[in-house]
Amino acid sequence: MEVTIIAETNEEGIHPVTAQMVTAAVSLGASPTVLCPGGFGCAAAAAIEGVGSVISVEGDCFTSFDGGAWAASLNSAAGSGIVFAAATPNGREVAARIAASRGIPVLQDATGLSDNLTVERPIYSGKAMEMVKVDGDCVVTVRPNAFTAAGSGGSASVSTVNHSADVAVTVQEAIAKASARLDVAEADIVISGGRGMGSIDNWASLEEVADQIGAAVGASRAVVDEWGLSHSIQVGQTGKVVTPTLYIAVGISGAIQHLAGMRSSKYIVAINKDADAPIFGVADYGIVANWEDALPALKDALSSL
Amino acid sequence: MKNPNLENRGACRILIEAIQLGLTTKGGNMDIAVLIKYVPDSTAKITVNGDRVNEGGVSKWSISPFDEYALEAALGMKESSGASVTAITCGPSRSEKGLRDAAAVGADSLVHVSVDDLTSLDSTKTQALLAAAVQSTGASIVFCGKQAADTNAGSTGPGIAELMGAACVTGVTEVGTEGPGLSALRSTSGGAERVTLSAPCVLTFDKTETELRRPNVKGIMMAKKKAIDSQDAASLGVDASGSTANIASHSPPAEKAPGQMFEGASTVDDVVQKLRNEAKVI
Ligand SMILES: Cc1cc2nc3c(=O)[nH]c(=O)nc-3n(C[C@H](O)[C@H](O)[C@H](O)COP(=O)(O)OP(=O)(O)OC[C@H]3O[C@@H](n4cnc5c(N)ncnc54)[C@H](O)[C@@H]3O)c2cc1C
Ligand SMILES: Nc1ncnc2c1ncn2[C@@H]1O[C@H](COP(=O)(O)O)[C@@H](O)[C@H]1O
Repeated sequence: MEVTIIAETNEEGIHPVTAQMVTAAVSLGASPTVLCPGGFGCAAAAAIEGVGSVISVEGDCFTSFDGGAWAASLNSAAGSGIVFAAATPNGREVAARIAASRGIPVLQDATGLSDNLTVERPIYSGKAMEMVKVDGDCVVTVRPNAFTAAGSGGSASVSTVNHSADVAVTVQEAIAKASARLDVAEADIVISGGRGMGSIDNWASLEEVADQIGAAVGASRAVVDEWGLSHSIQVGQTGKVVTPTLYIAVGISGAIQHLAGMRSSKYIVAINKDADAPIFGVADYGIVANWEDALPALKDALSSL
Repeated sequence: MKNPNLENRGACRILIEAIQLGLTTKGGNMDIAVLIKYVPDSTAKITVNGDRVNEGGVSKWSISPFDEYALEAALGMKESSGASVTAITCGPSRSEKGLRDAAAVGADSLVHVSVDDLTSLDSTKTQALLAAAVQSTGASIVFCGKQAADTNAGSTGPGIAELMGAACVTGVTEVGTEGPGLSALRSTSGGAERVTLSAPCVLTFDKTETELRRPNVKGIMMAKKKAIDSQDAASLGVDASGSTANIASHSPPAEKAPGQMFEGASTVDDVVQKLRNEAKVI
């Protein structure tokens, strides 16, 4: 089976999902070709075990993101068969474009794959799973952390092509994040607060704990809306879907729309004064307590580790 | 045997030409088509019956949340620059209620593309139907949700942009006019970017800061009488058969083992020890 992988790269280099996509491709018996958009991360891609070859796809269009231009350029470098991209916002957009231009289906956010070719993906924000059988070529985006990463130690050859494409989306201004905090969608540990925190004046106690363990700070929609916090930290159905290894919910009731954004976290700790709060239904460790007592205790416990 | 991909590409080209023709002969430049999907309400319990999601067991259906923000943004543009707003939905007959809800808050025209079972269509078919429906309205600007609440895919906006030969921006949180085109704010991993683009274009919306308008009695009364332009695959000239990605089964998510419960802040220390020694996550 011929598989082309569109590497996920950013300023810091290659995103771990790239090596996870290689695992997915190898599980289908492929020796995948990895395309590096804009030429970033070629050496790292070539070192992933199982990669057949690497193509550095270069062109002026890669200096900013226009999904149309990226897709046009990458599409001409990609072989037929199956194309993989990461299930990130940009990856999904490029994947959908390539599929539409080839007239083949796109399956987003795969969490599992089986031979000849069935794709498993969550639907209804994880309230159900779907298995899709594909007959023929397709484009698949792969959910970060759903597959284990392939090892390093590969030494694939790297070639270069130049395919620029017309850019139709012009970036006028880049606006840096208001705070330098970690992105909830990327962080390994997320600590989120909800209305139970009482008021925005108490938010600093959450941030202090986050800083102690290098966690990102998230929030329920109630406090994003009512306390004017940035929507970029909202977790849930209309916010971000997060899958960290540890999610700590403080003063969050666990409304179904909040659970939709965090229930796939590997471990969940909930701190809530109400023993019947629905958040405890998904928690691995539930602590029935007031945050006023529990957060200082958490701070102490973490600092004596 | 004919190569179905090449055939599709041919269909694409015809569609692009048709859309460009539509641009010059039909609606004005700022006319906006808003794609709204009618889905189980976000509070609905999703159950699996046999090997399919039990749609019949869903008691409340609503416009998919991000589509509401797309609609709100289009209605904002209507107020600021006189755009006309056409709401389009593709789905079974219950979806007409979604169109009426859109009309009640201000959508000018309504198009219903009738499909009995949306889950029988793969992305290529859904997008072909919606792109053809957009083309039938003459709109050169399309607003839709960044992801539907059922599929959670995010394929439709960029996919129909490809079919229309249009520019696309995904995850938009603010929109305005900029000269003859549009200006949009999108979030990025580093923060946000303000971008500009011209029609034809597709914008997929995230949640925006703008509060959603609620219908008033007059709006609801008017919406009841509003004509719905009923279409289907045949009337749109789209072959909706032959999806190559088909649902094999649905299943409930894997059950999680019940967690451990602790009482009182004095237990925090125990939990931290367990996170370190049992879960090994800190
Ligand atoms: C279409 C739609 C989309 C939505 N999308 C989202 C979304 O993306 N994300 C999201 O989060 N919500 C979303 N919601 C909102 C959701 O339904 C809930 O309203 C929201 O999650 C509630 O936030 P909360 O848990 O912070 O507040 P509440 O539900 O008010 O819960 C507060 C909790 O704090 C506890 N508490 C109170 N005092 C203390 C204390 N001193 N110490 C410890 N605990 C205390 C209480 O017992 C309670 O459980 C959406 C709703 C709709 C309709
Ligand atoms: N059947 C449909 N009818 C109307 N709009 C749709 C339909 N399917 C998808 N859309 C639009 O496309 C967006 C993304 O859908 P999806 O690609 O399924 O995540 C939705 O939020 C809607 O705006």
